[in-house]
Amino acid sequence: MSEILLEVADLRVTYPGEGGDFAALRGIGFALGRERLGIVGESGSGKSTAGRAIMGLLPPSARVGAEVLRLGETDLRGLDEAGFRRLRGRRIGMVLQDPKYALNPLLRVGEQIAETHRTHLRQGRRAARQAALAMLESVHIRDPARVYRAFPHELSGGMGQRVMIAMMLIAGPEVLIADEPTSALDASVQRQVLAILDEQVRARGMGLLLISHNLHLVRAFCDRVLVMYAGRVVESCRASELAAARHPYTRGLLAALPDLAHRRARLPVLARDPDWLEPVR
Amino acid sequence: MKPVGWQAWLLTETPGGRAQARAGRWYRNLRRFARNPLAMSGLFVVLALIAVALAAPLLAPARAVVLQALPDRLLPPSLAHPFGTDELGRDLYARVVFGARITLSIVAMVALIVLPIGLGIGLPAGYFGGWIDLVLMRLTDIFLAFPRLILALAFAAALGPGIRNAVIAIALTAWPPYARLARAETLSLRAREFVLAAELQGASAWRILRTQILPLCLPSVIIRLTLDMAGIILTAAGLGFLGLGAQPPSPEWGAMVASGRDVLLDQWWVATIPGLAIFVVSLGFNLLGDGLREIFDPRAA
Amino acid sequence: MDAAVAGLRRLLRLILSVAATFLGLTLVTFVIGRLIPIDPVLAVVGEHAAPSVYRAARARMGLDLPLSVQYLRYLRQILHGDFGTSVITGQPVLTDLLHVFPATVELSLAALLIGLGLGIPLGVLAATRRGGAIDQAVRLLSLFGYSMPVFWLGLIGLLVFYARLGWVAGPGRLDVGFEDMVPERSGLLLLDSALAGQWDVMANAAAHLLLPAAILGLLSLAFIARMTRSFMLGQLSQEYVLAARAKGLSRRRVVWVHGLRNIAVPLITVIALTFGSLLEGAVLTETVFAWPGLGLYMKNSLFNADMNAVIGGTILIGVVYIGLNLLTDLLYPLLDPRADTGARR
Ligand SMILES: Nc1ncnc2c1ncn2[C@@H]1O[C@H](COP(=O)(O)OP(=O)(O)OP(=O)(O)O)[C@@H](O)[C@H]1O
Ligand SMILES: [Mg+2]
Repeated sequence: MSEILLEVADLRVTYPGEGGDFAALRGIGFALGRERLGIVGESGSGKSTAGRAIMGLLPPSARVGAEVLRLGETDLRGLDEAGFRRLRGRRIGMVLQDPKYALNPLLRVGEQIAETHRTHLRQGRRAARQAALAMLESVHIRDPARVYRAFPHELSGGMGQRVMIAMMLIAGPEVLIADEPTSALDASVQRQVLAILDEQVRARGMGLLLISHNLHLVRAFCDRVLVMYAGRVVESCRASELAAARHPYTRGLLAALPDLAHRRARLPVLARDPDWLEPVR
Repeated sequence: MKPVGWQAWLLTETPGGRAQARAGRWYRNLRRFARNPLAMSGLFVVLALIAVALAAPLLAPARAVVLQALPDRLLPPSLAHPFGTDELGRDLYARVVFGARITLSIVAMVALIVLPIGLGIGLPAGYFGGWIDLVLMRLTDIFLAFPRLILALAFAAALGPGIRNAVIAIALTAWPPYARLARAETLSLRAREFVLAAELQGASAWRILRTQILPLCLPSVIIRLTLDMAGIILTAAGLGFLGLGAQPPSPEWGAMVASGRDVLLDQWWVATIPGLAIFVVSLGFNLLGDGLREIFDPRAA
Repeated sequence: MDAAVAGLRRLLRLILSVAATFLGLTLVTFVIGRLIPIDPVLAVVGEHAAPSVYRAARARMGLDLPLSVQYLRYLRQILHGDFGTSVITGQPVLTDLLHVFPATVELSLAALLIGLGLGIPLGVLAATRRGGAIDQAVRLLSLFGYSMPVFWLGLIGLLVFYARLGWVAGPGRLDVGFEDMVPERSGLLLLDSALAGQWDVMANAAAHLLLPAAILGLLSLAFIARMTRSFMLGQLSQEYVLAARAKGLSRRRVVWVHGLRNIAVPLITVIALTFGSLLEGAVLTETVFAWPGLGLYMKNSLFNADMNAVIGGTILIGVVYIGLNLLTDLLYPLLDPRADTGARR
């Protein structure tokens, strides 16, 4: 990891609620270089909240605080909406879970890709259209001109996710956050989409933050892994060293993975311990 | 401040039984309703309407409603005539007070006609399904696609003017949404255990509809009715204004607005005050219905 | 191929439902026609006619036939545009209706434009600033609008803005001096006077139109703004809104381009409903403003027991209703590409 693209330290997010405030993130930290960093954790552990906090996309009611929140040389703490807007899409992009819902159903997908280009690069309609067609081609869409004119509902899940990737990468961001980008897809399509993500991220020298609750997938795909539990990072290690993880929650997760080599009489149950809520040193 | 005593019992997170849970839910809803100032003012207006209608003879002398005193024509509001007098010298205050009775009785009569028709069509449609459902709902859809006010006008014109016919005309055009609602409720209740149990015991369809399904349909139908009240009042007043509703000398508010129309430019109060009464009362029903809906169906608010 | 079959089925269902509603409408008006306590035969032959004359007249009018046959005859007449003759004007009802209807359309369209022009932006602002001042104002305005007797508000408007302040022209469509000055083409006065280049007529017509259109527009606004708000709130919580912001679009663009595009589809229904209720409400508003349109015509007919005219007007408005429903059904697939595959969410 030569150069740090994104740095986070002690990021905290609280949502005000009727029965008191809810701390969704209780001080997480990590640094992302030109690499693929996976974040895993169970539902509700705060993975999406982390991604959205970095992009300045949390609901206005959420309170955000951090010691360090830096994208390259830009300090994101206290950045206003106009400041974030210049970064989003241009320097940091986000791929969401289900292209069926994440694309505007009434606009042609090509126009939605071109819109990112027009917003940030301001080179006019024609240039944006050309760039969008080229972008569609580079995410391995065979007939870009036809897909350009398609509506989201006319595309398969895999195609839709490629469009989503194209839409988020066309303005050339240096960091991409992918929030469960393959969870809504068929198993066979998942691999293709991951391969495209990988290819793009490598070719552009980007940093990728891959959010998932699939430990298998993250271990196979990423360089490093963060394990989150209840708004904290409980484990941070190289993907290849995951087998040697120390935290009991991570160990529990690993033990719960299905293992094709050895049949088990019963599935292990993930035990939880209130102690895990304390900060790890 | 921690709730104590009966409040604690009602507000507990761990109710000791069904009754306590239900009482607690009602109490919570009631508190939410009471904290909504708009809903409370709506409730106040509706209660005031009922009170004025009931106590009308105590608030104003009944004979003042029709008592004509031509020398006192078109007097502006004063101590003797708080709302002024109309073109026949009648006291507008007394007429507005007694008009509350007419408005309330129109609303009540429409409700009494609409509920049986709506339930009578919706319950069997939902319960029996099949071609009965198809025919009844097709009929409902057709009525739903009609211009209601115009149809009510045509009915009223054909039946002849008068309150009773106005009520019938409004009710004949107002039932379809209730049939829809009752059908939807019945569909969701039809497969529940207690209905199946009653069927197994050999209860007749008619009996099941009456004893098992009807009582559970009523609350949502009644909330819907509250929300519709303002519309019913406005339609009735509109018929009155056109001369198709209550006939003179009856102090119906819409008809009173119509009679004040000719003297509007010089004696503004004759038309303004009864119109204000219509507005305030329908606003009251709307505020009340809005508050009720907020509690029972928060998504729609 | 499948899409073609699906489209055909949709069309067939649409035609069937239009036909059923139309038959229902004619049936109900037929029943209304039979309900009148006045004996139409007596009206023709007079109170003291001999029984044989009465019977002959009855047979001539087809009233001795079975009801079902009478209904079929009635249906055939209506399909031929034959609504009978108006007692008051002595003209065929259809001629009368076509003459008065444009005035109603002009007023309703003007009101609708005001309601849409203000109601949609207000509704959108209320949704994007939920709980804020505009949101509260829209809420109050809607409650007021839903509670307002339109005939009364019209009178108050006349009292204040015409009689006291003199900002607008009074009742009617034109001052007496301007009547019959422009040739009738569309029947819409603003349009006809512009076509004829009669600018003073146009200004006068606009001065008369302003108050009723503003009042009706205000009342339509209540419904339009409230519906726009709730549709927009539904859209703003969608994932695509988040994605659009994640790619760097401004909130404004997300709301006014992406969001608005999506609520356009349900708004079509709201617009049709509003237009329909404006046509219906014409009976009251035109009475107040002495606006010589369909509403005033029907009101006069109601009072003179001119049942042919009443029923003709009812059917005309009913047919416009059916047409509006049909139009929204046909517009849906144009605005929503998902509609023709049935893949709407
Ligand atoms: N707008 C909000 N208001 C209040 N609480 C919220 C809000 N958004 C998220 N939360 C809460 O914050 C916690 C973290 O949510 P988040 O969506 O980040 O979890 P996640 O790890 O992405 O889960 P999943 O795997 O289900 O996507 C959850 O308990 C959630 O209920
Ligand atoms: Mg998530």
